[in-house]
Amino acid sequence: MLPGTNVKTLDRVVVRFSGDSGDGMQLAGNIFSNVSAGEGSQISTFPDYPAEIRAPQGSLSGVSGFQVNVGKGVHTPGDEADVLVAMNPAALKTNLKYLKPGGIIICDVDTFRPADLKKAEYKTDDPVKELGIDENRILLVPMTTLLKHTLEDSGMDPKSILKCKNMLALGLICWLFDRPVESVLRKLEKKFAKKPAVYEANKKVIQAGWDYGHNTHSSMSTYRIETEDVKPGTYTDVNGNTATAWGLIMASEKSGRPLFLGSYPITPATDILHELAKRKDLGMKACQMEDEIAGVCSAIGASYAGHLAVTSTSGPGLALKSEGIGLAVMAELPLVVIDVQRGGPSTGLPTKTEQTDLMQALYGRNGESPLCVLAAASPTDCFTMAFEAARIAIEHMTPVILLTDAFIANGSSAWRIPEAEDYPEIHPHFVDANRLEAGWKPFDRDENQVRYWAIPGTPGAMHRVGGLEKDIRTSAISTDGKNHEKMVQIRREKVARIANDIPELKVAGKQDAKTILVGWGGTYGHLYTAAEELNAEGCEVALAHFRYINPLPKNALEVLRGYDRIIVAELNTGQFADYLQMQLPGKTVERINKVEGQPFMVREITDGVKRLLAGQQGTIKE
Amino acid sequence: METTTVNPGQYAPADYKSEQSVRWCPGCGDHAILNVLHKAMAALGVPPEKTAVISGIGCSSRLPYYMNTYGMHTIHGRAAAIATGVKTARPDLTVWQISGDGDGLAIGGNHFIHAVRRNIDLNILLFNNKIYGLTKGQYSPTSDRGAVTKSSPYGTTEDPFIPAELVFGARGNFFARSIDIALDTTKEVMVAAARHKGASVVEVLQNCVIFNNGSHSMLSDKDRRDEHTIHLHQGEKMLFGKEMNKGLVQDGFGLRAVTIGEDGWTLDDVLVHDATTPSNFLHQQLAMMDGNELPLAIGIIRDVDALSYDEAVERQVEEVKTKKGFSNLRDMIIKTCETWESK
Repeated sequence: MLPGTNVKTLDRVVVRFSGDSGDGMQLAGNIFSNVSAGEGSQISTFPDYPAEIRAPQGSLSGVSGFQVNVGKGVHTPGDEADVLVAMNPAALKTNLKYLKPGGIIICDVDTFRPADLKKAEYKTDDPVKELGIDENRILLVPMTTLLKHTLEDSGMDPKSILKCKNMLALGLICWLFDRPVESVLRKLEKKFAKKPAVYEANKKVIQAGWDYGHNTHSSMSTYRIETEDVKPGTYTDVNGNTATAWGLIMASEKSGRPLFLGSYPITPATDILHELAKRKDLGMKACQMEDEIAGVCSAIGASYAGHLAVTSTSGPGLALKSEGIGLAVMAELPLVVIDVQRGGPSTGLPTKTEQTDLMQALYGRNGESPLCVLAAASPTDCFTMAFEAARIAIEHMTPVILLTDAFIANGSSAWRIPEAEDYPEIHPHFVDANRLEAGWKPFDRDENQVRYWAIPGTPGAMHRVGGLEKDIRTSAISTDGKNHEKMVQIRREKVARIANDIPELKVAGKQDAKTILVGWGGTYGHLYTAAEELNAEGCEVALAHFRYINPLPKNALEVLRGYDRIIVAELNTGQFADYLQMQLPGKTVERINKVEGQPFMVREITDGVKRLLAGQQGTIKE
Repeated sequence: METTTVNPGQYAPADYKSEQSVRWCPGCGDHAILNVLHKAMAALGVPPEKTAVISGIGCSSRLPYYMNTYGMHTIHGRAAAIATGVKTARPDLTVWQISGDGDGLAIGGNHFIHAVRRNIDLNILLFNNKIYGLTKGQYSPTSDRGAVTKSSPYGTTEDPFIPAELVFGARGNFFARSIDIALDTTKEVMVAAARHKGASVVEVLQNCVIFNNGSHSMLSDKDRRDEHTIHLHQGEKMLFGKEMNKGLVQDGFGLRAVTIGEDGWTLDDVLVHDATTPSNFLHQQLAMMDGNELPLAIGIIRDVDALSYDEAVERQVEEVKTKKGFSNLRDMIIKTCETWESK
């Protein structure tokens, strides 16, 4: 029996649900986090999928995890879990490393059968002892037995009964963290609206899980999780890929340009295609093309035809799209390219996260080929940055690459559904009648070097664009060397001037510290939490997190120069650090790096900073 | 959806012609095809601002610069994919794709077959000169086995594609063929291709005077062409020859060329052309004739109605929009997602 008798109050709590791919861990985790959000908690979730679609049941490679962090001041899904739910011995074995020292485990003891233990490669018949788990910290629940008793009169077949096991675990977790069963039931009622029998069964099982906790372990401590005041409004739970798709739709609404997506399935970006394909109900056209190249090329065609054109992919697909993106650079067409980064090179680690495509996004094309590069900081920030990518593309007539990553693409958090007025109007850079009359040429430009968009159907604006160099005055094709160099500079200047149209860099943390911790993209939550912890410990750091990569915010280099030490933490071998170093002669950009296909743990950053400040290496590898 | 009013006779060929000077080699077959295209467009009457001409890379892909329409000269092999984006986004536009045999069938082969399979409403003009001209004389995927070129100095060791066979393999609904010198036929098939809803492929056999001169001479020389080609007309007997006394008859599972009045063959034995029959069996037989044993077929070989991709997309969008009735993004999220209020 677990020690303690009272209710403990926690700022935040991390729960990790783990089991077979088919055990419904993601659903249980999602419901728990959404119910918590409804109770006023902040939430952050992260699924950890196996690479295999359906690995053998009960095997180590088939374990799927879903981690949620709920409470106050939540910026990441949490380094380690306070509570680990393990539905079988394989899940227990593979997930134990994610448990906090002193954390508790809830495990289905009915699965400790010889066959299960063998599949999970145990040497003895006592997994608890074999793994060295403190018996006082593990709650061995006969989940399968309880489940069968609860549903014995339901008339359901044994297979269907077993499918409800995740709800038993959820009921137990709800009891442990004082989450109202009613809220869970409301969500399930909606989910199973068309299957009342399934709803009734799950309802019974959740109550059974709750009752089991209450009756058997009434002496055990339960927890109250702190709430936080959030901006009033209507909230939902959203992952990064869905938020990306929605941000693009918002940009379509705000620009009046219909949305076209040309895409090809690739992990972990495919959900953007899925979501936009569903959104034909909002008039979006999402086309699954024959390959990555056709994805970007169809988008370029749609852009020329006057649409907000998008292609979505991950690293290997971005490589295939390079030539097409170069065409959009040369033809100066608006195009949004979403790269959900994953482990590389080549096929690499398809389901795992990295920040290793930065150089590819910045430079991975032939010729002098500048474009705008943005990076989203969190699942919900994907909405804002997808909107920004579209806004910049349309207003500055340029391709924009938005970098997200597997971590924020699949991770989710609570998000206030924006009102229409929360986002600005987007003004397409159309050629107008006056300009046409005055003898417009396709590559005439405004004061920001942005050319005008003439859309097919417009009488008197018929024009041809293409990949060949154009004459600076006549817009006809030109092979003149001097002209080419001028055009190279103009295209570069056009992208550089986007800096006038993006927010300045804001420094967080302890702004007057001597050291600034720097990051970009999807590591924001970890860096923010690391800076908070470092400052709380008296190790003072400022924090600069970049979402605008090219061009950098206008004040960025000046801000960075103001610090004695600049430490860049990123999930690669130093791509952003190199990029900054190039632009900060005389300064030394220090580094904390990780390329393990996993997000940072906060303590890896805090330890790294401390080591660097003590004159040691930022990154230590075993 | 925007629609386009078509008014044949409203425009002259010159209305589709840009001011750019044409830079193909003197004697190149592309000149003739370009001039006919201007005429075909005038005959169709689609306004120049409602017309988009998309090309890839190669000699023929320079064509959009010579058009006073919307147009893109893109990257090698990608014309079909880019044109697909234009047409899917804007079904109100008439979209022409210009590709050579290298652009369309080698580097762009994948996009070509998928554009045809998808049945997107493009008018694909395939300029087939059986050679790479712009890179100065390498063999192409339509070069005959054994063709001696700069990259095959001892002759190629591979078989060519027959474009029609690819079109039928990709379940195409429109295929027509012409020869650069056959101006009227070229115009006839271009107009028919544009009027056909869905992917229309027009193969124009085109002479490259520099690197592959005379490759189609059996089919284009005045004194030989009548015996080696047959112009197919819908609903008419398949007759050819200078005297129009030769015809195609069915011979087992294949076709046979016979002379009327010889060996007991009569006019009644000669097949009647039907481009509109859904089965492509006979269309394929006709398209595979190469001018040797059997005359090469020019004209409209297959022209079968089917729902086009762009129209199907448009219809589906309208259907689900009406069915779901969401007013905007926020409305959709609130009606379909789990939400909660925070005060």
